[in-house]
Amino acid sequence: MNSVSIQGYGVYIPKYRLKVEETAQVWGKNSLQVEKSLGVSEKSIAAFDEDTVTMAYEAAVNAIRRAGIKPQDIEVFFTGSESHPYAVNPTSTIVAEFLGIGRNYLSADLEFACKAATTAMINITALIASGMVTTGIAVGADTAQAKPHDILEYTAASAAASFILTKKNDESIADIVDFTSYSSDTPDFWRRDGISYPSHGGRFTQAAYFAHVEGAAKTLLDKLKLTPKDFDYCVFHMPNGKFPREIAKKLGFTSEQLAPSLIIDHIGNPYSASSFLGLSSVLDEAKPNKMIFMVSYGSGAGSDAFVFKTLKGVSQKRTNSPRLADYLKQTQYISYIQYLKFGRKI
Amino acid sequence: MKVEILAGSVSKFGELWDVSPRDLVKGVVLEALFETRLKTGEIEAVYIGNMLSSSLGGQDHLGAFFSEVLGLNVPAMKVEGACASGGLAVHAGILAVTSGLYKNVLVVGIEKMTDHKPEEVAKALMGAGSDEEREAGATFPGLYAMIARAYMKKYGVSEEDLASVAVKNHYHASLNSHAQFRFPVTIEQVMKSSVVSSPLKLLDCSPISDGAAAVILGQGSGVRGQGSVNIIASAVATDSLGVADRSDLTSLQSTVLAAKKAYWQAGIKPSQIDVAEVHDCFTIAEIIAMDDLGFFPRGKSAQFIRRKKTTLGFGYPVVNTSGGLKAAGHPVGATGVKQIVEIYRQLKGVAGKKQVKNAKIGLTHNVGGSGATAVIHILKSDK
Repeated sequence: MNSVSIQGYGVYIPKYRLKVEETAQVWGKNSLQVEKSLGVSEKSIAAFDEDTVTMAYEAAVNAIRRAGIKPQDIEVFFTGSESHPYAVNPTSTIVAEFLGIGRNYLSADLEFACKAATTAMINITALIASGMVTTGIAVGADTAQAKPHDILEYTAASAAASFILTKKNDESIADIVDFTSYSSDTPDFWRRDGISYPSHGGRFTQAAYFAHVEGAAKTLLDKLKLTPKDFDYCVFHMPNGKFPREIAKKLGFTSEQLAPSLIIDHIGNPYSASSFLGLSSVLDEAKPNKMIFMVSYGSGAGSDAFVFKTLKGVSQKRTNSPRLADYLKQTQYISYIQYLKFGRKI
Repeated sequence: MKVEILAGSVSKFGELWDVSPRDLVKGVVLEALFETRLKTGEIEAVYIGNMLSSSLGGQDHLGAFFSEVLGLNVPAMKVEGACASGGLAVHAGILAVTSGLYKNVLVVGIEKMTDHKPEEVAKALMGAGSDEEREAGATFPGLYAMIARAYMKKYGVSEEDLASVAVKNHYHASLNSHAQFRFPVTIEQVMKSSVVSSPLKLLDCSPISDGAAAVILGQGSGVRGQGSVNIIASAVATDSLGVADRSDLTSLQSTVLAAKKAYWQAGIKPSQIDVAEVHDCFTIAEIIAMDDLGFFPRGKSAQFIRRKKTTLGFGYPVVNTSGGLKAAGHPVGATGVKQIVEIYRQLKGVAGKKQVKNAKIGLTHNVGGSGATAVIHILKSDK
C-alpha cells in the first residue's frame, strides 16, 4: 500500500482475571457448559483505577518504545473504542497530552464497535500513503461492558493495543500490503447513547459476524489473487473462542496458522483491542518475510481485512517493549464481587 | 361435518432473519393458490393464526396487514389463542365454510420470533399464562417441568423416556426439508444437553422459530384428482389458564374434552388414526397427549414411544412425522396450521421421505398455554 508499514506496536493487558466459573456459579449456570459453548475460560478486567484512557496510554507508550521514535514524531492520533470515558471529550487528546506529543497533530476518537481501531489503521495508512503525514498511531482500547447476567459477561474484557505506522524503512516491522472493507447496516449489537450496557441480537450476532468477516476476507483474497495457503498466519476478531476457529476453517486456514493469534483463550474479548492484540501476538513470534492475514469485525456491522508481510524489524525490535506473553504472566484472579466493584457496578 | 382442504403449504421453519412476515405469508399463500389453481379473487375470507404480532411486532391489525400483501379486500381477521392460534384459525375457517357464507377461505398461521431477544420472547409467551404464574415469575419450561415431575412420579417414567420423544421427532425432522433441526439426536445427547428447568433439558424443549403455513378450505371436490382430503372433525375445549387450580397435573382436561368431541364428530375411535401431529412443546407434552388422545392406556404411552410404536416405519399411529414442535420448529401461530398441512400431505400421499404407508385418517392436536386451550382436528382421505 504505497510502502506504508508498521514501525512499532505495543500492548497492555490489566492483570486482573475473572474466571467463567466464578460468574457461572453466581447465576446458577454450569460453568463447564458455558466454557464449552463459548470457548472461553477467563477474561481480563481493568482495575478500579483503570479505564480506556489509561490502558490506551500504556499501549501507546509500549508502541513508541518499540518503534524507537520520539512522541513528537507522531502527527496523527486515533483511538478506536466503544468505551471512551467521555461521550464528548476525546480519549485521543488526553492520551496524547500525557505522551507529550505536542500540539501539531490530527486527532479523533473512532467508534465502530470492535473494529474502530482497524479503521483507524486504514485512515492513517491513507494519510501516509498520500504523503500528507509521515507518522501516526492507531490505538484500540476497551473496558468492554456487559449487563450482569447477560451472556456477554463471560467474555467482555479489558485491554489495549496500538500500532505506529510510517513509510516503509529499514527498521519497519511489517509492510501493509493491502486492505479492504466490507460494511452493511446490520442491527446485531448496539448501545444507545446514555445507556450503560449494550444490547444484542443473540444468535443473530453469529450470522452477522460470519457474513462480514467472510465478505471482507474473500474480497481481499480475490483482489490480491491469494489463497489461505499463501499465508503463514491468520488473525480474526475473537468475540468468543469458537467464531475465529470456525471462520478460519471455513475460509481454508489451518489451526496452526490461527493458533498464535488466539488471545481469546487467555483474556476474553477486549472489543476494539481484540484483533490488534491477535496481530501483536503473531508479531511477537513471527520471523521476517512472513505473510499475515487479518480480519476485524465490528457490529453494526463491518469488517476490515488486511494483508501484512513481516520485515526484519519484527525480530530486531521484539525486546524493545513488553510482549503480550509478558503481560499474561502477571495475573491475579478476582471474585465476582470485586469485578462488580472494579466496573463500578456496585 | 365435511370441509375439504383444497391446498396446503408450509414455509421453511427456523431462524429466518432475512425474511419478513409479509414475505413469509406471501410465499405460503402463493404456493397454496398455485396448488388449487384458484385465483386470489376467489378467496372470500382470511383467518390469520398468530399470537405475538402485538407484543413483539407492535402490529395489531393483522387481517388488513396481510390482505394488503395479498391484494385482497375480503373479510380478514386475526385469531388468537396462544400456541393454539393456528388450530383456532383453522376452526374459524371451518365455521365460515360450514355456515355457507363463504365458499373458499384462506387460513394462514404466521409467527416471527427470532428477531427478538430470547427474554423478550419468553415474557411475551407468558402472555398465555395466568396472572399468578406471571407474577410468580414462571415461564412455560418451568410449568411443564412441574407437570413432568408429577407425571414421572405417578407413572414411574424416567428422563430417558422423555428423551425418547426428542429422539423420535428429530429422526422424523431429518426427513423433512422444511424442519428447523434436520439432524437426529441420541438419548445420550438429550440427557447431556443443558438443563433448562429440571427435569427438562435443552433437547426436551421446542425452539423459538420463524415460520408460516397456509391452507385453503372449501366445499367441493378435489382439484388434483388424487382423492380429496376432508376435515371431518374440529373440536375445541378450554381449561384454567394456570396449572395451580387443576385437580390433576398429569393430564390436560382440555385435550380430553376436545378429543371426546372430535371422535364423536368423526364417528371414529383412536385406534383408527394412522398418523397424528401432536403438540410436543416439551417432550412430556407428547407423552401426556398420547394418554389424553386415547392412543395408549393412561400412563403407558412413554413405554410405547420408547419401543418406537409411534416412529415412522415401526407402528401406528405414527406421531409427529414433521418432526413436531420439537424438531420441525415452533413458530407458535403457525404450528396449528402446519399440523393440518402435514396430515393433509400424509393423506394425499405426497409427504415424501416421511410418508406413512396407507395413511387414511389423521389427527392434529394443538395446545395453547399449559393446556388452557386444545384444538383437535380429524382429517380423512376419500381414497
